[in-house]
Amino acid sequence: MKKQNSIGQPYRRIEGALKVTGRAKYAAEYQVEDLLYGYVVNSKITKGRIESIDESATRAVDGVVEVFHHDNRSSLPRFDLLYSDMDAPPGSPFRPLYDNKIQFAGQPVAFVVAETFEAARYAASLLTVHYAEEEFDVDLKANMDKARDPSKGLATFIKPLPPGPRGDFEKAYAAADERFEGKFHHGSQHHNPMEMFATTTVYEGDGKLTIYDKTQGTSNSQIYVSNLFGLSMSDVRVIAPFVGGGFGSGLRPQYQLVFSVMAALELKRNVRVSMDRRQMFTFGHRPETFQHTRFGATKDGTLTAINHEAFAETSNFEDYNEVVVNHANMLYPADNVTLDYKLIPLDRFTPMDMRAPGGSTGMLAIETTMDQLADQLDLDPLEFRLRNYAERDVSSDKPFSSKELKECYRQGAERFGWNERQPTAKKVRRGNRLVGHGMSSGIWDVIALPGKATATFTAEGKLIVESAVTDNGQGTYTVMTQIAADQLGLPLESVSFKYGDSKHPLSPIQGGSYTTGVIGSAVKAACLKLKDKLFHLAQIMDGYPLGDALPEDTIFTDGAIILKKDPSVRIPLTDIIAFNRGEAVSVSKSNVPNLLKIKQYTRAAHAATFVEVEVDEQLGVINVTRAVTAVAAGKIMNPKTARSQILGGMVWGISMALREETLLDNNLGKYVNTDLGEYHIPVHADVHQLDVIFVPEEDRIINELGAKGIGEIGVISMAPAIVNAVYNATGKLVKVFPIKLGDLL
Amino acid sequence: MIKGISEAGVHEVNLVVNDEHRQLHLPPWVTLLDALRNHLGLTGTKKGCDHGQCGACTVICDDERILSCLTLATMKDGSNITTIEGIGSEDELHPLQSAFIEHDAFQCGYCTPGQICSGVAMLAAGRGDTREEIQDLMSGNLCRCGANTNIIDAIIAVKNQSK
Repeated sequence: MKKQNSIGQPYRRIEGALKVTGRAKYAAEYQVEDLLYGYVVNSKITKGRIESIDESATRAVDGVVEVFHHDNRSSLPRFDLLYSDMDAPPGSPFRPLYDNKIQFAGQPVAFVVAETFEAARYAASLLTVHYAEEEFDVDLKANMDKARDPSKGLATFIKPLPPGPRGDFEKAYAAADERFEGKFHHGSQHHNPMEMFATTTVYEGDGKLTIYDKTQGTSNSQIYVSNLFGLSMSDVRVIAPFVGGGFGSGLRPQYQLVFSVMAALELKRNVRVSMDRRQMFTFGHRPETFQHTRFGATKDGTLTAINHEAFAETSNFEDYNEVVVNHANMLYPADNVTLDYKLIPLDRFTPMDMRAPGGSTGMLAIETTMDQLADQLDLDPLEFRLRNYAERDVSSDKPFSSKELKECYRQGAERFGWNERQPTAKKVRRGNRLVGHGMSSGIWDVIALPGKATATFTAEGKLIVESAVTDNGQGTYTVMTQIAADQLGLPLESVSFKYGDSKHPLSPIQGGSYTTGVIGSAVKAACLKLKDKLFHLAQIMDGYPLGDALPEDTIFTDGAIILKKDPSVRIPLTDIIAFNRGEAVSVSKSNVPNLLKIKQYTRAAHAATFVEVEVDEQLGVINVTRAVTAVAAGKIMNPKTARSQILGGMVWGISMALREETLLDNNLGKYVNTDLGEYHIPVHADVHQLDVIFVPEEDRIINELGAKGIGEIGVISMAPAIVNAVYNATGKLVKVFPIKLGDLL
Repeated sequence: MIKGISEAGVHEVNLVVNDEHRQLHLPPWVTLLDALRNHLGLTGTKKGCDHGQCGACTVICDDERILSCLTLATMKDGSNITTIEGIGSEDELHPLQSAFIEHDAFQCGYCTPGQICSGVAMLAAGRGDTREEIQDLMSGNLCRCGANTNIIDAIIAVKNQSK
């Protein structure tokens, strides 16, 4: 008797047909009666106060219903705690329309509600806001003297601050045979998911709201709205089955949610507020960061000294932190290490987790530094990394829960043809283009959190599993269905995963690569509890068909319980429900990670990327012609959707190395390239041959599924591998990202 | 009659959308994109930037792919418009829609209708002979999830089927 296994199978996305036919509905697309449209007005100054607002021209526009601003808004709470959300860093969260204070460029100062979208947009453009401007500080470089340690809070628990020093760095660095010192910089970056933030609030009467929100956490938005507007949680339902990308931007509720709800409650009507693309640059983002590395090694290629410092922007009201400098010593076991991570508060909005937050920043400096040292030592970059391979995490003195990075190096190098790499620059040409090869390691910490799910078996023979979790395109819907199906031995068609709705069991926000581990483990736990309950019902069925069999003597397959030693004893699960007087059997289960156990290990996904670039010698144009990423991330639930996630990560790596940056004008205090014409991301013509390998890895420590998550790991090793390949092609090391054509001329 | 808009400023616009005649009465400043999404309930066509920079709003107008956000609805009076809803249904998918599912050519799905409309019109025009050409011709459609290679693979698969 063989048990069905859908985990590990490359199933197509369950919602695929809805997405390719345009029937998948996103937050701004729900057809509701008598809908009002809101349009937001943003501050034209960077810091100061609103002195007055002239609404007359706005209100004169046909169709305008109301103008909301700090002077006439409905009451909002006074305490920071009530503005807090699941991803709020330590500090005082931004309060939309709270008072006349302007804290950052583009701060929302008002919104106009009208009968049509066009009227709202036009009327918003006519609102005259008089400001009193104040001096502002947005320049990271000019304010380095203000660098200080981040405040501690929940965020620093999940994203730990750097460990203390080990050994004597300065002495070891001075004594090293080869040293490399690098100063790196990248600007702010904005997530820019394709769907712009939008919320459609349906006013149900009696203070009840149904909210279609663009979010990475329906529970998060539900709690936030309840707190802000003093509503009972049960009166606020947040729905988000389809989310047009998040990449971290949906981890915190955005201001259009507040405005949509505020107007709906005030006007007692259905209200939709959508952002425009320019407004997508007015909230959290990847922080601009300066980095400084100093690595030293002995002649034989042993890394002895690591110093990695980072200086990142934060706002003047919250301390956003990310893990930038912790990874060098987790990957490479040098004995003399000092790490430092500092924040510089500026008059900008608080940064926010953006795909592979911290890791993609830090590894860009770490892995290019490693390549430079390898070059100085006359060692192949891969050989240098192998000579410094960590079998144990010396930075925290813990074993790895599992680590197949060596196998990633081996399989990736073989698939790529790494042995053909020429060590010296300008050796390989194709026409007028220089060809270079580069590689990089990747690492991403596995985050463990509690999760909850319910599981129900119905009289119709369906398994229904529920969680409030969202699916921003990661494949969560499909993967959770697979996990559930396997526990009860059912085909996928018999399983229905209900998600993206705050009425289901509370879920953490979807980010940090932890959703499969956290919600998947909860789904598994709920299904196992349901299975147990079904078994116990079957035990007492008429005629005691299972005799004295124990659960381990049976198998759940093809919608039935079967006795292992005598497969002719087969009890259809629907018979059990019939025996239960036709009543569905339902259970709820929380899965809480065993912190005492997992804390004894360093838990991380690993990767190795190998890249080929072509650089036009005359024009400096860089083309990533091919790349291979080998990933060790524990159990891969669905190789089809997982491969897509890694491919997506690789494209983000191309973007980080070669394309994207939000340019800040320090004199104006504003970002200046706030549209998709000038904020560059890779287009189809920029993305060539990308290859993904999943290296088998078994991990019994991290969670019930042995799944480490793959949302971030695909991004991390790609950008440094490109930078290293460009160096291999041209002999030029660029340390300010993204690399621009001029840097190579 | 649209609430809040005086009758004098409203124009009659006749469109054939997905083989169906649709008559709208719109102020002249309503874009084709907003007409489709807000007035006809055809939300399959997406708004990604409203500035002609992302391609999410691509529809097929008289056999050509156009950016519906840069087109006023009234400019297309009398035209034939095909949106993603008219390309194929869940029961009867267009080969490119099937190929998108098979090649996992989307993640969040938001750029997908634009990518498919763009791909269908490009193929129908007999263009895109090589992978590089297809990459170039599809570059007006951005994808932030990074499904780029899968999208091009899906289009090539359909192109090869029809050979």
